[in-house]
Amino acid sequence: MNNEQGRKERLDRGIKVRTDGLYAIMSLRELCYLTVPRLVLIVGLLILPLVMPSMYWQRVISIVCIYAFLALGFDFLAHFVGLVCLGGAFFIGVGGYLAAILNTSFGFPPLVTIPIATLLGGAICTLLLLPCLPLRGVYFAIVTLMYPLVLMRIIEALNILGGTDGIMGVASFANRWIEQYFVILMVLLFLFGLRRLVNLDIGLVFRAVKDNDQAVRASGMNISFYKAIAVFVASALGCLGGACLVHIYMWSGISLFALDFSILPIAATVIGGAGTVVGPVLGCFILVPISELLRAFGTLRIVFYCLILVAFIVFRSEGIMVYGQRKYHQFERWVKI
Amino acid sequence: MNNQPILEVQEATKSFGGIVAVNRVSLDVHDGEILGIIGPNGSGKTTLINCVTGFIKMTSGKVLFRGRDISGKPPHKIADMGITRTFQIMRPYYSLPCYKNLVIPLFSPRAKRTGGWRGGGKLGDRDTVGIDILEEIGFERDSFVPYKIASSLPTGYLKRLELARCLALKPEIIICDEIFSGLSMSEIASMVPLIERLQMDGITLIMIEHRLRELFRVANRVMVLNFGEKVIEGSPEEVMADDKVKEVYFGSEEVEEVMSHA
Ligand SMILES: Nc1ncnc2c1ncn2[C@@H]1O[C@H](COP(=O)(O)OP(=O)(O)O)[C@@H](O)[C@H]1O
Ligand SMILES: [Mg+2]
Repeated sequence: MNNEQGRKERLDRGIKVRTDGLYAIMSLRELCYLTVPRLVLIVGLLILPLVMPSMYWQRVISIVCIYAFLALGFDFLAHFVGLVCLGGAFFIGVGGYLAAILNTSFGFPPLVTIPIATLLGGAICTLLLLPCLPLRGVYFAIVTLMYPLVLMRIIEALNILGGTDGIMGVASFANRWIEQYFVILMVLLFLFGLRRLVNLDIGLVFRAVKDNDQAVRASGMNISFYKAIAVFVASALGCLGGACLVHIYMWSGISLFALDFSILPIAATVIGGAGTVVGPVLGCFILVPISELLRAFGTLRIVFYCLILVAFIVFRSEGIMVYGQRKYHQFERWVKI
Repeated sequence: MNNQPILEVQEATKSFGGIVAVNRVSLDVHDGEILGIIGPNGSGKTTLINCVTGFIKMTSGKVLFRGRDISGKPPHKIADMGITRTFQIMRPYYSLPCYKNLVIPLFSPRAKRTGGWRGGGKLGDRDTVGIDILEEIGFERDSFVPYKIASSLPTGYLKRLELARCLALKPEIIICDEIFSGLSMSEIASMVPLIERLQMDGITLIMIEHRLRELFRVANRVMVLNFGEKVIEGSPEEVMADDKVKEVYFGSEEVEEVMSHA
Protein backbone atom coordinates (compact mmCIF):
# COMPACT_ATOMS: atom_id res chain seq x y z
CA MET A 1 0.00 0.00 0.00
CA ASN A 2 3.00 2.23 0.37
CA ASN A 3 3.86 2.45 -3.29
CA GLU A 4 2.30 5.90 -3.39
CA GLN A 5 4.86 8.60 -2.71
CA GLY A 6 3.64 11.18 -0.27
CA ARG A 7 4.79 14.12 1.71
CA LYS A 8 3.27 15.26 4.95
CA GLU A 9 2.11 18.83 4.81
CA ARG A 10 1.31 20.92 7.86
CA LEU A 11 -1.06 23.84 7.67
CA ASP A 12 -2.37 26.21 10.32
CA ARG A 13 -5.94 25.48 11.23
CA GLY A 14 -8.38 28.10 10.03
CA ILE A 15 -9.36 28.88 13.57
CA LYS A 16 -5.75 29.61 14.52
CA VAL A 17 -5.42 32.09 11.71
CA ARG A 18 -8.72 33.75 12.59
CA THR A 19 -7.82 34.11 16.26
CA ASP A 20 -4.27 35.37 15.77
CA GLY A 21 -5.43 38.95 16.25
CA LEU A 22 -7.66 39.44 19.27
CA TYR A 23 -9.89 41.83 17.37
CA ALA A 24 -10.93 39.00 15.11
CA ILE A 25 -12.81 36.99 17.69
CA MET A 26 -16.27 36.47 16.31
CA SER A 27 -17.76 33.43 17.90
CA LEU A 28 -17.85 31.56 21.15
CA ARG A 29 -15.96 28.76 19.49
CA GLU A 30 -13.05 31.02 18.65
CA LEU A 31 -13.08 32.51 22.13
CA CYS A 32 -12.92 29.00 23.56
CA TYR A 33 -10.13 28.04 21.20
CA LEU A 34 -8.03 30.82 22.72
CA THR A 35 -9.00 30.61 26.36
CA VAL A 36 -9.62 26.94 27.08
CA PRO A 37 -5.96 25.82 27.08
CA ARG A 38 -5.06 28.66 29.42
CA LEU A 39 -8.05 28.00 31.65
CA VAL A 40 -7.26 24.30 31.84
CA LEU A 41 -3.74 25.16 32.98
CA ILE A 42 -4.78 27.75 35.56
CA VAL A 43 -7.73 25.83 37.00
CA GLY A 44 -5.79 22.58 36.88
CA LEU A 45 -2.93 24.02 38.92
CA LEU A 46 -5.29 25.68 41.39
CA ILE A 47 -7.27 22.53 42.22
CA LEU A 48 -4.18 20.34 42.38
CA PRO A 49 -3.58 20.77 46.15
CA LEU A 50 -7.25 19.95 46.83
CA VAL A 51 -7.17 16.61 45.04
CA MET A 52 -3.89 15.33 46.44
CA PRO A 53 -4.48 12.18 48.50
CA SER A 54 -2.10 12.95 51.35
CA MET A 55 0.00 15.63 52.92
CA TYR A 56 3.02 13.89 51.48
CA TRP A 57 1.76 14.41 47.95
CA GLN A 58 0.80 17.99 48.72
CA ARG A 59 4.40 18.56 49.72
CA VAL A 60 5.47 17.01 46.42
CA ILE A 61 3.38 19.65 44.60
CA SER A 62 5.30 22.40 46.39
CA ILE A 63 8.60 20.84 45.42
CA VAL A 64 7.40 20.51 41.82
CA CYS A 65 6.72 24.24 41.80
CA ILE A 66 10.23 24.98 43.08
CA TYR A 67 11.68 22.96 40.21
CA ALA A 68 9.25 24.76 37.90
CA PHE A 69 10.84 28.12 38.85
CA LEU A 70 14.22 26.73 37.84
CA ALA A 71 12.91 25.19 34.64
CA LEU A 72 11.21 28.46 33.65
CA GLY A 73 14.47 30.31 34.20
CA PHE A 74 16.46 27.69 32.29
CA ASP A 75 14.11 27.72 29.31
CA PHE A 76 14.06 31.50 29.23
CA LEU A 77 17.85 31.79 29.27
CA ALA A 78 18.55 28.90 26.92
CA HIS A 79 15.89 29.48 24.29
CA PHE A 80 15.30 33.18 24.35
CA VAL A 81 18.73 34.55 25.25
CA GLY A 82 21.03 31.75 24.15
CA LEU A 83 22.73 31.19 27.52
CA VAL A 84 22.79 27.58 28.65
CA CYS A 85 22.86 28.02 32.40
CA LEU A 86 23.44 25.06 34.69
CA GLY A 87 23.43 27.21 37.80
CA GLY A 88 20.08 26.10 39.22
CA ALA A 89 21.68 24.85 42.41
CA PHE A 90 23.61 28.10 42.72
CA PHE A 91 20.42 30.17 42.61
CA ILE A 92 18.59 27.86 45.02
CA GLY A 93 21.52 28.00 47.42
CA VAL A 94 21.93 31.77 47.36
CA GLY A 95 18.18 32.40 47.68
CA GLY A 96 17.82 29.75 50.36
CA TYR A 97 20.69 30.90 52.57
CA LEU A 98 19.62 34.55 52.20
CA ALA A 99 16.06 33.76 53.30
CA ALA A 100 17.34 31.61 56.18
CA ILE A 101 19.69 34.34 57.43
CA LEU A 102 17.04 37.05 57.08
CA ASN A 103 14.62 34.89 59.03
CA THR A 104 16.81 33.50 61.81
CA SER A 105 19.17 36.44 62.36
CA PHE A 106 16.86 39.36 61.63
CA GLY A 107 13.53 37.79 62.49
CA PHE A 108 11.72 38.72 59.29
CA PRO A 109 8.65 36.60 58.49
CA PRO A 110 8.58 34.51 55.28
CA LEU A 111 6.46 37.06 53.43
CA VAL A 112 9.30 39.57 53.87
CA THR A 113 12.29 37.26 53.50
CA ILE A 114 11.03 35.75 50.23
CA PRO A 115 10.78 38.98 48.23
CA ILE A 116 14.06 40.27 49.64
CA ALA A 117 15.85 36.97 48.99
CA THR A 118 14.42 36.94 45.46
CA LEU A 119 15.59 40.41 44.48
CA LEU A 120 18.80 40.58 46.50
CA GLY A 121 19.67 36.99 45.60
CA GLY A 122 19.04 37.71 41.94
CA ALA A 123 21.31 40.73 42.14
CA ILE A 124 24.07 38.79 43.93
CA CYS A 125 23.94 35.89 41.47
CA THR A 126 23.99 38.29 38.51
CA LEU A 127 26.98 40.14 39.94
CA LEU A 128 28.87 36.90 40.50
CA LEU A 129 28.03 35.66 37.00
CA LEU A 130 28.92 38.98 35.36
CA PRO A 131 32.51 37.95 34.50
CA CYS A 132 31.19 34.84 32.67
CA LEU A 133 28.71 36.66 30.44
CA PRO A 134 31.07 36.97 27.46
CA LEU A 135 31.46 33.18 27.47
CA ARG A 136 29.32 31.31 25.03
CA GLY A 137 27.68 27.94 24.72
CA VAL A 138 29.21 25.10 26.62
CA TYR A 139 31.77 27.31 28.37
CA PHE A 140 29.08 29.32 30.09
CA ALA A 141 27.34 26.08 31.02
CA ILE A 142 30.47 24.60 32.61
CA VAL A 143 31.31 27.72 34.59
CA THR A 144 27.79 28.07 35.95
CA LEU A 145 27.93 24.42 36.99
CA MET A 146 31.06 25.18 39.04
CA TYR A 147 29.54 28.00 41.10
CA PRO A 148 27.38 25.90 43.46
CA LEU A 149 30.26 23.47 44.05
CA VAL A 150 32.57 26.34 44.98
CA LEU A 151 30.05 27.93 47.37
CA MET A 152 29.33 24.56 48.97
CA ARG A 153 33.04 23.90 49.61
CA ILE A 154 33.56 27.41 50.96
CA ILE A 155 30.75 27.01 53.47
CA GLU A 156 32.11 23.59 54.44
CA ALA A 157 35.74 24.58 54.71
CA LEU A 158 35.30 27.87 56.54
CA ASN A 159 32.50 26.45 58.66
CA ILE A 160 30.41 29.58 58.12
CA LEU A 161 26.62 29.83 57.92
CA GLY A 162 26.23 26.77 60.11
CA GLY A 163 28.82 24.75 58.20
CA THR A 164 27.74 21.21 57.39
CA ASP A 165 24.88 21.38 59.91
CA GLY A 166 23.23 24.25 58.10
CA ILE A 167 20.90 26.84 59.57
CA MET A 168 18.10 25.34 61.61
CA GLY A 169 14.92 26.79 63.02
CA VAL A 170 13.78 28.67 59.93
CA ALA A 171 10.12 29.69 60.19
CA SER A 172 7.63 27.79 58.08
CA PHE A 173 4.71 29.17 56.10
CA ALA A 174 1.66 29.90 58.26
CA ASN A 175 0.04 26.70 57.02
CA ARG A 176 0.35 24.25 54.16
CA TRP A 177 -2.45 25.85 52.13
CA ILE A 178 -0.69 29.20 52.11
CA GLU A 179 2.55 27.42 51.21
CA GLN A 180 1.02 25.61 48.26
CA TYR A 181 -1.09 28.39 46.86
CA PHE A 182 1.78 30.83 47.22
CA VAL A 183 4.15 28.72 45.11
CA ILE A 184 1.45 27.81 42.60
CA LEU A 185 0.39 31.41 42.10
CA MET A 186 4.03 32.41 41.69
CA VAL A 187 4.52 29.74 39.02
CA LEU A 188 1.46 31.02 37.14
CA LEU A 189 2.58 34.63 37.52
CA PHE A 190 6.06 33.98 36.16
CA LEU A 191 4.82 31.59 33.49
CA PHE A 192 2.52 34.18 31.94
CA GLY A 193 4.92 37.00 32.76
CA LEU A 194 7.79 35.37 30.87
CA ARG A 195 5.57 34.54 27.93
CA ARG A 196 4.65 38.21 27.76
CA LEU A 197 8.22 39.39 28.29
CA VAL A 198 9.64 37.47 25.33
CA ASN A 199 7.16 39.15 22.99
CA LEU A 200 7.81 42.67 24.21
CA ASP A 201 10.36 44.78 22.37
CA ILE A 202 13.00 44.07 25.02
CA GLY A 203 12.15 40.38 24.69
CA LEU A 204 12.88 40.63 20.99
CA VAL A 205 16.29 42.03 21.89
CA PHE A 206 16.93 38.97 24.06
CA ARG A 207 15.94 36.68 21.22
CA ALA A 208 18.12 38.66 18.85
CA VAL A 209 21.10 38.15 21.18
CA LYS A 210 20.48 34.45 20.81
CA ASP A 211 20.13 34.53 17.03
CA ASN A 212 23.05 36.83 16.25
CA ASP A 213 24.79 38.74 18.99
CA GLN A 214 27.20 40.44 16.56
CA ALA A 215 24.32 42.12 14.75
CA VAL A 216 22.93 43.33 18.06
CA ARG A 217 26.28 44.92 18.88
CA ALA A 218 26.36 46.44 15.40
CA SER A 219 22.96 47.92 16.23
CA GLY A 220 24.52 49.96 19.00
CA MET A 221 23.47 47.82 21.91
CA ASN A 222 25.57 46.53 24.74
CA ILE A 223 24.88 42.81 24.74
CA SER A 224 26.43 42.28 28.17
CA PHE A 225 23.83 44.61 29.64
CA TYR A 226 20.94 42.70 28.11
CA LYS A 227 22.46 39.37 29.07
CA ALA A 228 22.81 40.64 32.63
CA ILE A 229 19.14 41.63 32.77
CA ALA A 230 18.15 38.21 31.49
CA VAL A 231 20.42 36.45 33.98
CA PHE A 232 18.89 38.57 36.73
CA VAL A 233 15.40 37.43 35.76
CA ALA A 234 16.41 33.77 35.76
CA SER A 235 18.48 33.93 38.93
CA ALA A 236 15.76 35.84 40.80
CA LEU A 237 13.38 33.05 39.80
CA GLY A 238 15.81 30.46 41.17
CA CYS A 239 16.36 32.44 44.37
CA LEU A 240 12.59 32.65 44.84
CA GLY A 241 12.57 28.87 44.65
CA GLY A 242 15.40 28.59 47.16
CA ALA A 243 13.73 30.96 49.60
CA CYS A 244 10.46 29.01 49.42
CA LEU A 245 12.36 25.77 49.87
CA VAL A 246 14.03 26.74 53.16
CA HIS A 247 10.71 27.93 54.54
CA ILE A 248 9.11 24.65 53.50
CA TYR A 249 11.84 22.46 55.03
CA MET A 250 12.50 24.96 57.88
CA TRP A 251 16.17 24.34 57.32
CA SER A 252 18.93 25.60 55.09
CA GLY A 253 22.01 23.54 54.41
CA ILE A 254 24.61 22.71 51.82
CA SER A 255 22.26 20.21 50.22
CA LEU A 256 20.66 23.28 48.65
CA PHE A 257 23.63 23.21 46.30
CA ALA A 258 22.76 19.68 45.16
CA LEU A 259 23.30 18.87 41.50
CA ASP A 260 19.62 17.88 41.12
CA PHE A 261 18.62 21.51 41.05
CA SER A 262 20.87 22.13 38.08
CA ILE A 263 20.07 18.98 36.13
CA LEU A 264 16.40 18.19 36.63
CA PRO A 265 15.15 21.49 35.15
CA ILE A 266 17.02 20.67 31.94
CA ALA A 267 15.45 17.23 31.74
CA ALA A 268 12.06 18.81 32.39
CA THR A 269 12.65 21.32 29.62
CA VAL A 270 13.59 18.57 27.17
CA ILE A 271 10.55 16.52 28.03
CA GLY A 272 8.10 19.39 28.22
CA GLY A 273 9.20 21.14 25.05
CA ALA A 274 12.00 23.66 24.87
CA GLY A 275 11.13 27.22 24.02
CA THR A 276 7.46 26.95 24.93
CA VAL A 277 7.83 28.28 28.52
CA VAL A 278 4.84 26.24 29.64
CA GLY A 279 6.48 22.98 28.55
CA PRO A 280 9.22 23.01 31.20
CA VAL A 281 6.61 23.52 33.93
CA LEU A 282 4.71 20.55 32.58
CA GLY A 283 7.98 18.61 32.49
CA CYS A 284 8.49 19.25 36.19
CA PHE A 285 4.98 18.02 36.94
CA ILE A 286 5.88 14.77 35.20
CA LEU A 287 9.46 14.21 36.33
CA VAL A 288 9.34 15.17 40.00
CA PRO A 289 6.36 12.93 40.89
CA ILE A 290 7.89 10.08 38.88
CA SER A 291 11.10 10.36 40.83
CA GLU A 292 9.02 10.31 44.05
CA LEU A 293 7.11 7.21 42.93
CA LEU A 294 10.36 5.48 42.09
CA ARG A 295 11.68 6.00 45.60
CA ALA A 296 10.17 2.60 46.45
CA PHE A 297 12.77 0.97 44.22
CA GLY A 298 15.69 2.33 46.23
CA THR A 299 18.80 2.94 44.18
CA LEU A 300 17.24 1.22 41.17
CA ARG A 301 15.14 4.32 40.69
CA ILE A 302 17.95 6.05 38.88
CA VAL A 303 17.83 3.28 36.28
CA PHE A 304 14.08 3.65 35.74
CA TYR A 305 14.46 7.37 35.70
CA CYS A 306 17.08 7.20 33.00
CA LEU A 307 14.97 4.78 30.96
CA ILE A 308 12.01 7.14 31.04
CA LEU A 309 14.19 10.07 30.03
CA VAL A 310 15.80 8.18 27.18
CA ALA A 311 12.42 6.96 25.96
CA PHE A 312 11.15 10.52 25.90
CA ILE A 313 14.16 11.82 24.08
CA VAL A 314 14.08 9.05 21.50
CA PHE A 315 10.34 9.01 20.81
CA ARG A 316 9.29 12.60 21.42
CA SER A 317 12.50 14.57 21.18
CA GLU A 318 10.65 17.78 20.40
CA GLY A 319 8.90 17.72 23.77
CA ILE A 320 5.29 17.33 24.78
CA MET A 321 4.23 20.95 24.41
CA VAL A 322 5.79 21.46 20.99
CA TYR A 323 3.97 18.36 19.84
CA GLY A 324 0.76 19.40 21.57
CA GLN A 325 0.79 22.93 20.21
CA ARG A 326 1.41 21.65 16.72
CA LYS A 327 -1.54 19.28 16.92
CA TYR A 328 -3.71 22.00 18.38
CA HIS A 329 -2.87 24.75 15.91
CA GLN A 330 -2.20 22.83 12.74
CA PHE A 331 -3.58 19.93 10.78
CA GLU A 332 -1.63 17.53 8.68
CA ARG A 333 -2.40 15.90 5.43
CA TRP A 334 -0.62 13.77 2.94
CA VAL A 335 0.01 15.30 -0.40
CA LYS A 336 1.02 13.21 -3.36
CA ILE A 337 4.21 14.16 -5.11
CA MET B 1 34.29 74.51 3.32
CA ASN B 2 34.91 71.99 6.02
CA ASN B 3 37.74 69.79 4.97
CA GLN B 4 37.91 67.51 7.96
CA PRO B 5 37.21 63.93 6.89
CA ILE B 6 34.24 62.28 8.57
CA LEU B 7 36.28 59.12 9.03
CA GLU B 8 40.01 58.79 9.06
CA VAL B 9 42.06 55.62 9.44
CA GLN B 10 45.74 56.08 10.23
CA GLU B 11 48.15 53.23 9.61
CA ALA B 12 45.75 50.50 10.72
CA THR B 13 47.58 47.23 11.26
CA LYS B 14 46.17 43.90 12.32
CA SER B 15 48.07 40.66 12.57
CA PHE B 16 46.67 37.26 13.42
CA GLY B 17 49.57 35.37 14.90
CA GLY B 18 52.06 35.43 12.07
CA ILE B 19 49.82 36.68 9.27
CA VAL B 20 49.54 40.40 8.83
CA ALA B 21 45.98 40.69 7.52
CA VAL B 22 46.00 44.48 7.36
CA ASN B 23 49.31 46.29 7.03
CA ARG B 24 49.53 50.04 7.75
CA VAL B 25 46.45 50.99 5.77
CA SER B 26 45.41 54.64 5.89
CA LEU B 27 42.29 56.13 4.39
CA ASP B 28 39.96 59.04 4.77
CA VAL B 29 36.36 59.50 3.78
CA HIS B 30 34.58 62.80 3.44
CA ASP B 31 30.99 63.67 4.18
CA GLY B 32 28.56 62.32 1.62
CA GLU B 33 31.17 60.41 -0.33
CA ILE B 34 31.09 56.82 -1.52
CA LEU B 35 34.44 55.11 -1.07
CA GLY B 36 34.90 51.75 -2.72
CA ILE B 37 37.37 49.19 -1.39
CA ILE B 38 38.31 46.36 -3.71
CA GLY B 39 40.82 43.56 -3.55
CA PRO B 40 41.06 39.82 -4.09
CA ASN B 41 39.76 37.32 -1.54
CA GLY B 42 41.78 37.32 1.65
CA SER B 43 43.27 40.73 1.01
CA GLY B 44 42.07 42.02 4.37
CA LYS B 45 38.99 44.04 3.42
CA THR B 46 36.71 42.52 6.01
CA THR B 47 39.43 42.65 8.63
CA LEU B 48 39.94 46.35 7.93
CA ILE B 49 36.31 47.20 8.55
CA ASN B 50 36.21 44.93 11.58
CA CYS B 51 38.98 47.13 12.95
CA VAL B 52 37.16 50.35 12.08
CA THR B 53 33.89 49.20 13.66
CA GLY B 54 35.56 47.81 16.77
CA PHE B 55 34.70 44.15 16.21
CA ILE B 56 38.38 43.28 16.43
CA LYS B 57 41.14 45.18 18.16
CA MET B 58 43.80 46.68 15.93
CA THR B 59 47.39 45.70 16.60
CA SER B 60 48.32 49.33 15.98
CA GLY B 61 46.90 52.38 14.29
CA LYS B 62 44.17 54.87 14.88
CA VAL B 63 40.61 55.50 13.74
CA LEU B 64 39.23 59.04 13.95
CA PHE B 65 35.55 59.88 13.57
CA ARG B 66 35.08 63.60 12.99
CA GLY B 67 38.49 64.11 14.55
CA ARG B 68 37.68 62.05 17.66
CA ASP B 69 39.78 59.00 18.36
CA ILE B 70 37.48 55.96 18.42
CA SER B 71 40.08 53.20 18.22
CA GLY B 72 39.68 50.62 20.93
CA LYS B 73 36.05 51.48 21.63
CA PRO B 74 33.61 48.55 21.77
CA PRO B 75 31.43 47.98 18.67
CA HIS B 76 28.19 49.11 20.28
CA LYS B 77 29.73 52.47 21.21
CA ILE B 78 30.97 52.96 17.65
CA ALA B 79 27.57 52.04 16.21
CA ASP B 80 26.02 54.41 18.72
CA MET B 81 27.99 57.27 17.16
CA GLY B 82 26.46 56.50 13.78
CA ILE B 83 29.02 54.23 12.12
CA THR B 84 27.03 51.20 11.04
CA ARG B 85 27.99 48.17 9.02
CA THR B 86 26.54 45.21 7.22
CA PHE B 87 28.03 41.75 7.52
CA GLN B 88 29.50 39.78 4.66
CA ILE B 89 27.95 36.64 6.11
CA MET B 90 24.38 37.73 6.60
CA ARG B 91 22.72 36.35 9.63
CA PRO B 92 19.36 37.96 10.32
CA TYR B 93 17.48 37.21 13.52
CA TYR B 94 16.19 33.98 12.05
CA SER B 95 13.41 33.33 14.51
CA LEU B 96 11.77 36.73 14.02
CA PRO B 97 9.68 38.07 11.15
CA CYS B 98 11.47 40.63 8.97
CA TYR B 99 9.85 43.72 10.37
CA LYS B 100 10.51 42.50 13.92
CA ASN B 101 14.19 42.30 12.97
CA LEU B 102 14.14 46.08 12.89
CA VAL B 103 12.64 46.42 16.35
CA ILE B 104 16.08 45.61 17.75
CA PRO B 105 18.01 48.53 16.20
CA LEU B 106 15.00 50.77 16.85
CA PHE B 107 15.24 49.79 20.51
CA SER B 108 18.87 50.97 20.69
CA PRO B 109 19.91 54.10 22.58
CA ARG B 110 20.87 55.82 19.35
CA ALA B 111 17.47 55.27 17.75
CA LYS B 112 15.76 56.50 20.91
CA ARG B 113 17.93 59.61 20.87
CA THR B 114 17.64 60.44 17.19
CA GLY B 115 14.08 59.33 16.72
CA GLY B 116 15.37 56.58 14.45
CA TRP B 117 15.61 56.53 10.68
CA ARG B 118 14.10 59.79 9.44
CA GLY B 119 14.46 61.28 12.91
CA GLY B 120 12.37 64.06 14.27
CA GLY B 121 9.97 63.70 17.12
CA LYS B 122 9.18 60.67 19.13
CA LEU B 123 9.64 57.21 17.83
CA GLY B 124 6.21 55.76 17.22
CA ASP B 125 5.31 52.13 17.40
CA ARG B 126 8.47 50.24 16.48
CA ASP B 127 6.62 47.69 14.34
CA THR B 128 5.19 50.44 12.14
CA VAL B 129 8.50 52.23 11.82
CA GLY B 130 10.10 48.90 10.93
CA ILE B 131 7.66 48.32 8.10
CA ASP B 132 8.22 51.90 6.88
CA ILE B 133 11.96 51.29 6.68
CA LEU B 134 11.45 47.99 4.88
CA GLU B 135 9.25 49.71 2.33
CA GLU B 136 11.91 52.35 1.80
CA ILE B 137 14.49 49.66 1.16
CA GLY B 138 12.40 47.74 -1.36
CA PHE B 139 10.05 45.39 0.50
CA GLU B 140 6.53 45.81 -0.80
CA ARG B 141 4.42 46.93 2.14
CA ASP B 142 1.26 45.18 1.04
CA SER B 143 2.94 41.90 0.19
CA PHE B 144 3.53 39.24 2.77
CA VAL B 145 7.33 39.48 2.53
CA PRO B 146 7.88 41.91 5.46
CA TYR B 147 5.88 39.57 7.69
CA LYS B 148 7.74 36.41 6.73
CA ILE B 149 10.09 34.74 9.15
CA ALA B 150 13.58 36.00 8.30
CA SER B 151 15.00 32.50 7.89
CA SER B 152 12.82 31.97 4.82
CA LEU B 153 14.05 35.03 2.91
CA PRO B 154 16.07 34.78 -0.31
CA THR B 155 19.54 36.37 -0.46
CA GLY B 156 18.39 39.56 -2.16
CA TYR B 157 16.02 40.42 0.63
CA LEU B 158 18.56 39.45 3.29
CA LYS B 159 20.99 42.01 1.88
CA ARG B 160 18.27 44.62 1.97
CA LEU B 161 17.41 43.63 5.53
CA GLU B 162 21.05 44.19 6.49
CA LEU B 163 20.90 47.68 5.01
CA ALA B 164 17.57 48.32 6.73
CA ARG B 165 19.13 47.38 10.06
CA CYS B 166 21.75 50.09 9.49
CA LEU B 167 19.17 52.66 8.35
CA ALA B 168 17.08 52.12 11.47
CA LEU B 169 19.93 53.68 13.46
CA LYS B 170 19.81 56.88 11.40
CA PRO B 171 23.46 56.36 10.54
CA GLU B 172 26.06 58.84 9.37
CA ILE B 173 28.23 56.18 7.78
CA ILE B 174 27.23 52.80 6.41
CA ILE B 175 29.99 50.32 5.68
CA CYS B 176 28.74 47.61 3.31
CA ASP B 177 30.69 44.36 3.19
CA GLU B 178 30.08 42.81 -0.24
CA ILE B 179 26.46 43.80 -0.47
CA PHE B 180 26.30 42.88 -4.17
CA SER B 181 27.91 39.47 -3.98
CA GLY B 182 25.60 36.52 -4.40
CA LEU B 183 22.97 38.64 -6.12
CA SER B 184 21.67 38.20 -9.64
CA MET B 185 22.27 40.91 -12.24
CA SER B 186 18.70 42.17 -11.97
CA GLU B 187 18.85 42.26 -8.18
CA ILE B 188 22.02 44.31 -8.36
CA ALA B 189 20.44 46.60 -10.92
CA SER B 190 17.62 47.32 -8.48
CA MET B 191 20.04 47.81 -5.60
CA VAL B 192 22.20 50.45 -7.29
CA PRO B 193 19.53 53.20 -7.26
CA LEU B 194 19.01 52.42 -3.60
CA ILE B 195 22.68 53.11 -2.88
CA GLU B 196 22.49 56.32 -4.88
CA ARG B 197 19.49 57.43 -2.90
CA LEU B 198 21.26 56.78 0.39
CA GLN B 199 24.05 59.02 -0.82
CA MET B 200 21.54 61.72 -1.72
CA ASP B 201 20.13 61.44 1.79
CA GLY B 202 23.55 62.55 3.00
CA ILE B 203 24.82 59.18 4.22
CA THR B 204 28.51 58.48 3.72
CA LEU B 205 29.14 55.00 2.34
CA ILE B 206 32.12 52.69 2.31
CA MET B 207 31.53 49.79 -0.03
CA ILE B 208 33.61 46.66 -0.14
CA GLU B 209 32.98 44.89 -3.38
CA HIS B 210 34.00 42.19 -5.77
CA ARG B 211 31.72 43.41 -8.53
CA LEU B 212 33.86 46.09 -10.04
CA ARG B 213 31.42 47.30 -12.66
CA GLU B 214 28.57 48.23 -10.31
CA LEU B 215 30.99 49.61 -7.75
CA PHE B 216 32.69 51.85 -10.29
CA ARG B 217 29.27 53.19 -11.26
CA VAL B 218 28.47 54.48 -7.79
CA ALA B 219 31.84 55.08 -6.11
CA ASN B 220 33.46 58.50 -5.99
CA ARG B 221 36.80 57.09 -5.00
CA VAL B 222 38.23 53.58 -4.99
CA MET B 223 40.98 52.00 -2.94
CA VAL B 224 42.65 48.72 -3.84
CA LEU B 225 43.94 46.32 -1.20
CA ASN B 226 46.23 43.40 -1.81
CA PHE B 227 47.85 41.18 0.81
CA GLY B 228 46.64 43.64 3.43
CA GLU B 229 48.38 46.61 1.88
CA LYS B 230 46.99 49.56 0.04
CA VAL B 231 48.00 49.30 -3.61
CA ILE B 232 46.47 52.49 -4.96
CA GLU B 233 43.72 54.95 -4.25
CA GLY B 234 41.98 57.32 -6.65
CA SER B 235 39.01 57.95 -8.86
CA PRO B 236 37.50 54.88 -10.53
CA GLU B 237 39.08 55.89 -13.87
CA GLU B 238 42.54 56.27 -12.37
CA VAL B 239 42.29 52.97 -10.59
CA MET B 240 41.13 51.14 -13.68
CA ALA B 241 43.95 52.52 -15.71
CA ASP B 242 46.61 51.57 -13.19
CA ASP B 243 49.04 48.80 -14.04
CA LYS B 244 49.28 47.52 -10.50
CA VAL B 245 45.54 46.95 -10.37
CA LYS B 246 45.72 44.93 -13.54
CA GLU B 247 48.41 42.92 -11.85
CA VAL B 248 46.25 42.30 -8.78
CA TYR B 249 43.34 41.25 -10.94
CA PHE B 250 45.64 39.58 -13.43
CA GLY B 251 43.71 37.65 -16.01
CA SER B 252 40.43 38.54 -14.41
CA GLU B 253 37.84 38.91 -17.11
CA GLU B 254 36.00 41.36 -15.01
CA VAL B 255 38.66 44.01 -15.27
CA GLU B 256 38.81 43.61 -19.00
CA GLU B 257 35.08 43.83 -19.11
CA VAL B 258 34.98 46.96 -16.98
CA MET B 259 37.78 48.52 -18.99
CA SER B 260 36.00 47.88 -22.23
CA HIS B 261 32.93 49.60 -20.83
CA ALA B 262 34.86 52.59 -19.64
N1 LIG C 1 39.88 35.73 12.96
C1 LIG C 1 40.94 35.46 12.16
N2 LIG C 1 41.96 34.69 12.60
C2 LIG C 1 43.01 34.42 11.82
N3 LIG C 1 43.17 34.87 10.57
C3 LIG C 1 42.19 35.64 10.05
C4 LIG C 1 41.03 35.98 10.82
N4 LIG C 1 40.23 36.78 10.06
C5 LIG C 1 40.85 36.92 8.88
N5 LIG C 1 42.04 36.25 8.87
C6 LIG C 1 42.99 36.22 7.76
O1 LIG C 1 43.19 37.54 7.34
C7 LIG C 1 43.26 37.61 5.95
C8 LIG C 1 42.29 38.62 5.44
O2 LIG C 1 40.97 38.14 5.54
P1 LIG C 1 39.69 39.00 5.20
O3 LIG C 1 39.80 40.32 5.85
O4 LIG C 1 38.49 38.19 5.54
O5 LIG C 1 39.78 39.16 3.63
P2 LIG C 1 38.71 39.67 2.58
O6 LIG C 1 37.51 40.19 3.32
O7 LIG C 1 39.43 40.74 1.83
O8 LIG C 1 38.36 38.53 1.69
C9 LIG C 1 43.05 36.22 5.42
O9 LIG C 1 44.29 35.66 5.10
C10 LIG C 1 42.43 35.48 6.57
O10 LIG C 1 42.83 34.14 6.56
MG1 LIG D 1 35.57 39.66 3.21
